[in-house]
Amino acid sequence: MGRSSAPGFLLALAVLVAGLALAFTVGRYPVDLSDLLQVIAAKLTGRSADVPAAVQNVIWLVRGPRVLAAAMVGAALAVAGTAFQGLFRNPLVSPDLLGASSGAALGAVLGIYLSLGVLEIEAFAFVGGLVAVAAVYLIGSAMSSRDPILVLVLAGVVIGALLGAGVGLIKYMADPYNQLPAMTFWLLGSLAATNATDLVPLFGPVALGTLVLVALRWRMNVMALPDEEARALGLPTGPLRIAIVAAATLVTSASVATAGIIGWVGLVVPHIARTLVGPDFGRLIPTAALLGGGFLLVIDTLARTMTATEIPLGILTAVVGTPFFIWLLASVSKTWA
Amino acid sequence: MILSGHDLTIGYGDRTVGYHLDVALSTGEVLALLGPNGGGKTTLLKTLLGLLAPQAGEVRLGDRPLAGYSSRERARLLAYVPQSHVVTFAFTVEAIVLMGRTAHGNLFSRPSAADRVIARQMLERFGIGHLRDRPYTMISGGERQLALLARALAQEPQFVVLDEPAASLDFGNQGKVMSEIRKLAQSGHGVLFTTHDPNHAMRAADRAYLLRQGARIGEGAIGEVLGRAQLEALYDAPVELVSDTANGRTAFLPG
Repeated sequence: MGRSSAPGFLLALAVLVAGLALAFTVGRYPVDLSDLLQVIAAKLTGRSADVPAAVQNVIWLVRGPRVLAAAMVGAALAVAGTAFQGLFRNPLVSPDLLGASSGAALGAVLGIYLSLGVLEIEAFAFVGGLVAVAAVYLIGSAMSSRDPILVLVLAGVVIGALLGAGVGLIKYMADPYNQLPAMTFWLLGSLAATNATDLVPLFGPVALGTLVLVALRWRMNVMALPDEEARALGLPTGPLRIAIVAAATLVTSASVATAGIIGWVGLVVPHIARTLVGPDFGRLIPTAALLGGGFLLVIDTLARTMTATEIPLGILTAVVGTPFFIWLLASVSKTWA
Repeated sequence: MILSGHDLTIGYGDRTVGYHLDVALSTGEVLALLGPNGGGKTTLLKTLLGLLAPQAGEVRLGDRPLAGYSSRERARLLAYVPQSHVVTFAFTVEAIVLMGRTAHGNLFSRPSAADRVIARQMLERFGIGHLRDRPYTMISGGERQLALLARALAQEPQFVVLDEPAASLDFGNQGKVMSEIRKLAQSGHGVLFTTHDPNHAMRAADRAYLLRQGARIGEGAIGEVLGRAQLEALYDAPVELVSDTANGRTAFLPG
C-alpha cells in the first residue's frame, strides 16, 4: 500500500472510461466517439448538441440505462467480492458464498412461476438473497466452534444446495413454453431488459452498502487478521462481521435482482485490483469498483454484439473466469502456508 | 497495575483443560509459562487476554474484572503477540504495525499522522525500520516476530502477552527476542510468555509458572522453581544441568 498505488487506481479508472466509451458506441446502431463526446458535453453545459436526434436517443434512452446498470452491477459485485475475500481471509471467495445468489435465484424463479411483474420479481430476488444469508448466519452462529469462518462457509454450501434444489423443483413445475425460458435466461444473467426504472432500486442499496464498507475500510484491514488477533487489537469482531456481511449482501442482492446471476466478477476483479493497489481496503474498494464496472461493460457489450441473439452474461463471465480461476489457484497454492 | 487470574477453570466449549489456577503478573516483571504440550499453556494465555472466557473463576485487570472492559479499553492495556505467522494478504510491515493503533481510534477512523509516527518509532525500536514498505508476507520469521512485537507496543499497553515468541526462530533470533522481552520489563511493561525451553525462562524471566495437565505444579522466582528435579517432574523426562564454571551460569539439556 505504498505511494505507488496511484498508477493502479488510474489504470482502473481508464478501464472504466474505456468500457463506457465502448458500451455507448458499439452496437447495432454504431455511434461515433466524437458524437458521444459532443452529446455528453452538451448535457453537462446545458446547450443543445449538433448531433442527429436519433443518435441522442440511442445514447440516452436505448443504451444509457443499460450502460449505467452494467457499470453499477459490475462495481457492486466487485465491491462485495472484495469485502467477502477480506472477511474470509481467502482470495478464492466470491460474493455468492453465503447463499446470496442462490437465495436471490430462488426468489426470482418463484416470482416468475407466480407470473409476477418485473419489479415484484426483483423484490422477491432481493428478499430471497437477504433471507438466505440471514439463515446461513444464524446456523453459523448457533454452532460454537473455534473456527466460526469455516462453519459459516460450510453452512453457506449446505443452504446453497438446498436452495438450488428449490430452484430445480420450481423449474420442473414451470410452464415449459412461457416461464421456463424466462427463468433460464434470468439464472444465466442478463441486462437486456434493463430500463430507467430499474436504476433507482439498484443504485440505492448498492450506494448504501458500499458507503458502509468504505466507512469501515481500516477496520476491514484489521479483520483480515486471524479472529483472535483482531479481537486482541480491540475490535468487536462479531458485530463488525455482521455489519460487513450485511452490507456486502445488500450490494450483491440488489445487483442479482437487476441482472440475474453473473458469476466470476466478484471473484476475479478483487484479485486484479489487489495486484494493482495492494490489500489496503481504503484503496482496494474504489479500485475494484472501477475495474468491476469497466469489466462488466465490456462483457455486456460483447453479449449484445457478438451474435444476432444476446448471449447470457453468466456464460461469458464463466468463459473468462474459469481459466483465470485455475491460474489463480495455481499461483495462490504456492504461497499458502 | 496487576493482571491476575483467580481460581480459574479454563477450556474450550465443554472441554476443560485446567482447574483451580491462580496467577498474577505485575507491571515491570516477566513471567514465563512452562509446561509440556497440551498442558493448557495457550488456553491459560488466551483466558488471561480475555479472548476466551473462563469456565469458572475470574480474571482481573487493575481493580476491575477483565470481562467488564470493552474490547477497545482492553486493547489499550493488554497486547497479544501471537506466534509468528503468515497473513493471507500482502500488507506492508508498516500497515501491520499500524494495526496496533486500532484501539486508539474510533469505529470509522483511519490511522492519523500521530499513529504513523508511533508505528515508525516502534519499527525503529526493534531495528526493522528499513522493512517498513516491504510486504509482511515476504520477510523472514524472525523479522515477522519483531514486527508483531512492534505492533504490540504500538498499542501502548501495560502488559504484553506472547505465545511461544521463540518457537519458529533460529538461534540468533531467539536470543534477540529474549533480550527484547527483558527490555520490555525495563520499560515498565508486565510480560507473560510461554516457552518450550527452560533456558529462555532463565534468560528473560523473573518468575516461572509450571503447568502440567492443567494444574499448577510450581511457581516462583526462577532460581527457586527451575531446578533439575522440578523440570523432570514437569516434563516427565530426564533433564541434565550443565554449568559454566567461569561465570557460574547454568543451562538445561533435555535427555
